[in-house]
Amino acid sequence: MRHNEPQRPATRRRFLAVAGGLALAPILVRRSARATPATMAAAIREAVGEAEVREGKITLELPPLVENGNAVPMTVTVESPMTAADHVKSIHVFDEKNPEPVIATFHLGPRAGKAKISTRVRLADSQTVVAIAEMSDGSFWSASADMIVTLAACIEESP
Amino acid sequence: MTDAGHDACSIPPPASEASGGEGGERSEPGGGLSLFARPPAEPKCPPPLTPPHHSLREWGEGNPRAVCHSATLAFLGVATFLTIVCSLHAPAAEIPQDQRRSGAAFMSRETQEMQEDDRANPGMLSVLDGEALWNDAPPGAKSCAGCHGDAAVSMKGVAARYPAFDDARSRPIDLEQRINRCRTEHQHAPPFGWETRELLALTTYVAKQSRGMPITAGTDARSRPFVEQGRVLFNRRQGQLDLSCAQCHDDNWGKRLAGSVIPQAHPTGYPEYRLEWQSMGSLQRRLRSCTFGVRAEQFAYGAPEQVDLELYLMWRARGMPLETPAVRP
Amino acid sequence: MTQALVNVPAKAKRGEVIEIKTLISHPMETGYRHDTNGAPIPRDIIHTFVARYNGEEVFRADLHPAIAANPFITFFTVATESGAIELTWTPDHGEPVTQTANITVE
Repeated sequence: MRHNEPQRPATRRRFLAVAGGLALAPILVRRSARATPATMAAAIREAVGEAEVREGKITLELPPLVENGNAVPMTVTVESPMTAADHVKSIHVFDEKNPEPVIATFHLGPRAGKAKISTRVRLADSQTVVAIAEMSDGSFWSASADMIVTLAACIEESP
Repeated sequence: MTDAGHDACSIPPPASEASGGEGGERSEPGGGLSLFARPPAEPKCPPPLTPPHHSLREWGEGNPRAVCHSATLAFLGVATFLTIVCSLHAPAAEIPQDQRRSGAAFMSRETQEMQEDDRANPGMLSVLDGEALWNDAPPGAKSCAGCHGDAAVSMKGVAARYPAFDDARSRPIDLEQRINRCRTEHQHAPPFGWETRELLALTTYVAKQSRGMPITAGTDARSRPFVEQGRVLFNRRQGQLDLSCAQCHDDNWGKRLAGSVIPQAHPTGYPEYRLEWQSMGSLQRRLRSCTFGVRAEQFAYGAPEQVDLELYLMWRARGMPLETPAVRP
Repeated sequence: MTQALVNVPAKAKRGEVIEIKTLISHPMETGYRHDTNGAPIPRDIIHTFVARYNGEEVFRADLHPAIAANPFITFFTVATESGAIELTWTPDHGEPVTQTANITVE
């Protein structure tokens, strides 16, 4: 019945409980430093300002089932003639649940010829990724992709 | 040669190197790794291998009602567990030759594409690194190229037959050990530490020269007893989870474990870029990582058991093409 | 000893849209990992990647820790003239790395 008796502060059991709590606290603090759908929305607002974001023109390719979140291939393509008068100025990529809400921003221009970029990203959890294209005429277009991530990046540390 | 099957204590103890977590340790270049690993002064017996058991005490004590309830639960739990374990306990059958598939076959299309494109494969960075090292002469000695010339010619087929029997040691050694042997004996330079950037790069560069060629390791007569040693290790239950390599990789390949598909464990692409590691790593690192996964005591880098297991695995994969540098999740 | 693998076509026709593939060796340490003692490993990533074609910037990427280790980036550019395509990666710490590829445009 040891576990039912009240303990004096000086006992080893109490010390361990306190130490355990202290040890847990930093972990809890670390885990709370994560993007959420709200912080992603805020990051999008910061990039886009008050402009309207419409769906279309941009395609975001990400595998729906990710076997390892450490390196997930991603391709973003925007339909655009890429002329001086009509081209993609930049592409912003956002996430919902990584430690930070922005993944990357790509700056293009008429010299790009084609608005298509591929890279590999880290995904810390099953989540939605949003890509927003900023066009030369000031309009914004978005696409999103939902992923299930079996092995997370950033927050799970393998030995 | 030891009779590992008879008495647990007769297995030579791991070499003198800390075996804590997996993969995190990297020996300092020139220290830690020794081709001729010396056992510690006092041999340490690994714990005897027994099937897992749970005493009633672990499930609850004090309250008699709780004990009865706990005992029932314990019985059900143990019965379920043993049913699963015993169904896995059928003698491991080797995978029929024509059913063998590379680990690449079990990965997603995206990861396969990462491996297939030399311009996207992160392992190619290590190959580039290795090429630079191949041509770099240590002070007062020749570079690898100085003796071996163009690696594409001289190293073609070499990795496919490693681990290979080494006359000086009277036992097989793996490619990393062979490279370090060259370094110490012919270049008079300190050996590279296990899992260092340099050793991985050189090993990857050499192994890549055999890419596409069929594996022939362990097929010679002298290697046979060591292949058998490796087979014993592969089939031996170990660790707190009391699992053998064979139970997953011979008997249950293709099924899922914790969200990932269990591959057949053919080391066709080592050193490989593993997404989980976010870096290159050797087969020995992967074996230690698996051992850690079943909560068994890991063998030190360079231990004879590691090399025997490497040899057995490569022999088990004989005829399959080498893929170095592979990409794996 | 930072290595980068850069793939630029050696030749192209004037006006042709060419693909450039780049892969650079860099751990892209996120700053969210901890070592075996529990101490945080400081962030060290490549935060900017720029492509210049005969000195003029044609592509730029602002990278964050969510870009995977050993960053792989592919993009397109118009083959306007012969010359040098310079690719520069700028890390948080240390010197920028530049690799140059020459292209002949007919």
